[in-house]
Amino acid sequence: MRAPLSWLREYVDLPAGVTGREVATKLIAAGLEVETVDQLGAGLTGPLVVGRVLAVEELTEFKKPIRYCQVDVGDANGTGEPQNIVCGATNFAVGDKVVVVLPGAVLPGNFAISARRTYGKLSEGMICSAAELGMGDDHDGIIVLPPEYEPGTDAVELLELRDEVLDIAVTPDRGYCLSMRGVARETATAYGLPLRDPALLDVTAPGEYGPAVDVVDTHGCDRFTARAVTGVRPEARSPIWLQRRLQKAGMRSISLAVDVTNYVMLELGQPLHAYDRGRIEGPIGVRRAEPGEKIVTLDGVTRALDPQDLVITDDSGPIGLAGVMGGAHTEISDAHDALVDPVSGQAEGTRDIVVEAAHFDPVTVARTARRHKLSSEASRRFERGVDPQAGPAAAQRAADLLVLLAGGTAEAGVTEVHGATAPRTVTLPADLPDCVAGVAYGRESVVRRLQQVGCDVSGTDELTVTVPSWRPDLTDPNDLAEEVIRLEGYENLPSTLPRPPAGRGLTEAQRLHRRVGRALAGAGYVEALNYPFLGDAAFDRLGLPADDARRRVVTLLNPISDEEPALRTTLLPGLLGALRRNDGRGSQGAQGGIALFETGLVFRPGGDEPAAVRLPVDARPSAEEIAAQDAALPAQPLRAAAVLAGAREQHGWWGAGRPATWADAVEAARVVAREAGVEPEVVADRHEPWHPGRCAALYVEVAGERTLLGHAGELHPRVTKAFQVPARTAAMELDLDVLRRASPGAVPAPRVSTYPVATQDVALVVPEAVPAVAVEAALRSGAGDLLESLRLFDVFTGEQLGAGRKSLAYALRFRAPDRTLTAEEASAARDAAVAAAVTATGAELRA
Amino acid sequence: MSAPNKSYDPVEVEALKPEAIERAQREALTAIAEAADLDALREVKAAHAGDRSPLALANREIGALPPHAKADAGKRVGAARGAVNKALGARQQVLEAERDERVLVEEAVDVTLPYDRLPAGARHPLTTLMERIEDVFVAMGYEVAEGPEVETEWFNFDALNIGPDHPARTTADTFFVADGSRSDAEGAEGSGLVLRTHTSPVQARALLGRELPVYAICPGRVYRTDELDATHTPVFHQVELIAVDEGLTMADLKGTLDHMVQALFGAGMRTRLRPSYFPFTEPSAEMDMVCYVCRGASVGDPERPCRTCSSEGWIELGGCGMVNPRVLTACGIDPERYSGFAFGFGIERMLMFRHNVEDMRDMVEGDVRFTRPFGMEI
Repeated sequence: MRAPLSWLREYVDLPAGVTGREVATKLIAAGLEVETVDQLGAGLTGPLVVGRVLAVEELTEFKKPIRYCQVDVGDANGTGEPQNIVCGATNFAVGDKVVVVLPGAVLPGNFAISARRTYGKLSEGMICSAAELGMGDDHDGIIVLPPEYEPGTDAVELLELRDEVLDIAVTPDRGYCLSMRGVARETATAYGLPLRDPALLDVTAPGEYGPAVDVVDTHGCDRFTARAVTGVRPEARSPIWLQRRLQKAGMRSISLAVDVTNYVMLELGQPLHAYDRGRIEGPIGVRRAEPGEKIVTLDGVTRALDPQDLVITDDSGPIGLAGVMGGAHTEISDAHDALVDPVSGQAEGTRDIVVEAAHFDPVTVARTARRHKLSSEASRRFERGVDPQAGPAAAQRAADLLVLLAGGTAEAGVTEVHGATAPRTVTLPADLPDCVAGVAYGRESVVRRLQQVGCDVSGTDELTVTVPSWRPDLTDPNDLAEEVIRLEGYENLPSTLPRPPAGRGLTEAQRLHRRVGRALAGAGYVEALNYPFLGDAAFDRLGLPADDARRRVVTLLNPISDEEPALRTTLLPGLLGALRRNDGRGSQGAQGGIALFETGLVFRPGGDEPAAVRLPVDARPSAEEIAAQDAALPAQPLRAAAVLAGAREQHGWWGAGRPATWADAVEAARVVAREAGVEPEVVADRHEPWHPGRCAALYVEVAGERTLLGHAGELHPRVTKAFQVPARTAAMELDLDVLRRASPGAVPAPRVSTYPVATQDVALVVPEAVPAVAVEAALRSGAGDLLESLRLFDVFTGEQLGAGRKSLAYALRFRAPDRTLTAEEASAARDAAVAAAVTATGAELRA
Repeated sequence: MSAPNKSYDPVEVEALKPEAIERAQREALTAIAEAADLDALREVKAAHAGDRSPLALANREIGALPPHAKADAGKRVGAARGAVNKALGARQQVLEAERDERVLVEEAVDVTLPYDRLPAGARHPLTTLMERIEDVFVAMGYEVAEGPEVETEWFNFDALNIGPDHPARTTADTFFVADGSRSDAEGAEGSGLVLRTHTSPVQARALLGRELPVYAICPGRVYRTDELDATHTPVFHQVELIAVDEGLTMADLKGTLDHMVQALFGAGMRTRLRPSYFPFTEPSAEMDMVCYVCRGASVGDPERPCRTCSSEGWIELGGCGMVNPRVLTACGIDPERYSGFAFGFGIERMLMFRHNVEDMRDMVEGDVRFTRPFGMEI
């Protein structure tokens, strides 16, 4: 809502020196979001006067028509002689009144005017267009004024060029502030001044002879006022003051009848519609549209109607979308754009007008506006709630203005259709605002503030509050408490701290999540937060088979991109995208590699989730109902994933670097698992998108069950190519929910023996296919309790071993808790370990 | 060597003559003093204090002396050997010190050489900023509540007093999950699921799932249908807070906000509330904080413009208010007895003004050059 300060002053006697910014500050404190205060005419200095065109000489030697004019500007030029002015517009004639800016003046935009030669003539000033005066962007040539103004009259004053306009973003609860009446009310309250309510008019009582109206759908339309104004002059134009107010409020001047309806809407907040009575056939009706019906709206669009659309009808069918937009057929036409009557040759504009001031159901209007993607000034107001009592006053005001400005006659008959509506009352304890705010306002202040809002208040400890008709948002006790508190000033609220009960800190899951992030960052990975959107192309790039469970996705109805309509089932595509971006930008520096990680949810629908039902909101849902809500959701496990490529260690003056490999990815997985106190079991696996020979599956034990934690290794060469990331890019992805459940909890403290250690090395030769983890497990089991630690320190293949065989060299450390081991004891333990490995894996002890 | 002399009178033993011992000592001391390095000193030691050295040989001859002469000769030889050993020890120390000095100098390196062998990791500043905010409230006794990102419409809207016809419940603002079983337009919004548009559904879940009183903070990722540009992103992060207890007031809300901005931005910070409208709070307010850079000094002072607050003096934080009693009712809480407050704000926005991030895309694209400097905590 754009509210000109000059217009506000018509309803509130603001102190003379008050500026728009000061009013804005007060209104912001009262809860209106004043976004800007436009300074109209800032930097404008005259002389800017009314001129009368005395003579026009057409200059034809230029590319476009140029006029050399003599203009009477009265005594404004100090001489009383005509002013010679060159003008590029042609929409005026000799005798017209125009707006002339004289040398010495400055127009908005710091445009200084001086006498200068142009098109071969000396131009002593300029004839102005609306745009040049900052009145809007209407480029239809220069302004032609109504004839009644004397040459030399100050046009700055006449055109109300200097003003301040408050641009207010109106929140959904304050529909009444989509009117000058509402903004004025808040302004009056903020300044403690009386309001001259523009809706307080002498309204003609309803009678039988008004326009015939038949409201069929009283739910969609609970109030309908119709009255007629006859004999208006089609050639009558809106006066300057009316045009200017519309312009300042952000609307264009169209025709007098339309301007009047818009003006009254801006003034009182009641959308009006004006019909050409000659084009209405039979009574006006209000009903839902019938299947197959269509209407051409004022914007020229043919719209197929939905049976839920509320329409205004006549005998011919729909003539308007109720509360949204009128139909083209019954549109008012003025003399300028009316068809020429083929018989008389006369331009026939609208002479008889029916004014509609109705109250429509907000939800119906909102749905229709949404359905037809047609948001209008009217629908915006109806959606937020229009004062249902404002119709008669608005219709009266429109009729009065039409009579005044277009010479019509308001017909005595006024049609008034309305259901039985009683004012809404809300009861609340008188101290509710005090309790909500934590401030002792006292009953007296509470009652006074509610009265300022427009409420009638009765009662002592329990207040019965009748809310004003223009505040449909005030339905609950807390709504009224807010009114009191905001008018008392949010800025006056004290600052106190509640005392919550002692908390338990973060949950174990939350702490684990944080530790995982820290551990990966500590290991050199940089966190990236990627969008979870993807499409089939990502799964194809990952090389997932057609029946892979990860292809079963949650799909969005309205994705940002049709290419990526689904939610991720794995974190890898997002990370690989970020890896490619970093690689493409050279973000890693000259030699470095890139290592990224992410923790976040993936979305894994089972495919058989029931639809979520909308529960009532008037009571707590049952445990079963809540469970049903959760059952409708896809599984959303928390994952951790990492990708890395290029150098894991850079080369430099210290020596060679080391490229990132599958082993780094597996180690990243171990780093994560370690944060939960878990050492996962590593098993070779074949699983897309990993390299089939370089993919590890990691398992953990959850409640006694061997459970898949995730995968790690080098990516398949086709995958790195498809994602355009470096060859040999490695990746891992783990389920943190599984990991948390695998966590053994409290660590039992180890007993640390201070007796000497006995170290024994063994080298075992096994077939290539035997995994190291199997050899290690066998060694451990055979070594017994004396084994303190075991470490694989070398893997060797070579001719002397024979093809397809490898040698694994282990360092075994033995120690007893209570004595120094003898050499025989250590050797025996080692031999037992080797024997177990031989039995389990076919290993041979290497000489 | 002479055999032990037990049976006859003392004879002259050349090596034990005082002059001989003196000479041996003198020669030893000279050699020690002249030893230039530890290797030379080792040779000197072998020659003058070793088993074959003159003084060692002389010592062995003592046994050949008659008993009355032994004490005298032993004293002389012992004194000489003591002097030589002392000199050796002293010289050893001197030469070792010289050696240490020289060698450690030779081992000197250029300690200014860069060492970037291992990459530096970092956590995303949005993550760490959320954690920092969590920690402020956890320290006050709040608990951190989390919830699903694909959420039911009932939790995301209805339970929060956002009715079926609220403008937010359209595809213009909200991502709707398509109903898998029906692909036609008819089944369009039939799944009843959305990507949560705020973390407020977690508030509702906290109220339903926890015992009263509830003091919870709900951080997380949320979604709205904005295109990515310098100031918008369809995927962003919020922190919301909810407190429901007996007797909570707007003053408590104000105090909690004041405490938070002081904890995050330093002493002397404060907030301002402006009346506003949200369906799930009543009364509702927009919350601003004093600009932590200019502290309001830039207002009306064109000489000292403030980029952070555009010389407004205040920075918009987010929305807040008293939990709408209708929300309490929907969660089965008696609004006659309990009241609560809630607030929420965007983490991207706070990161932007707290760390002068100019483009939203920097927080989205995962460029390591952006994230690395933020390190482990923020």
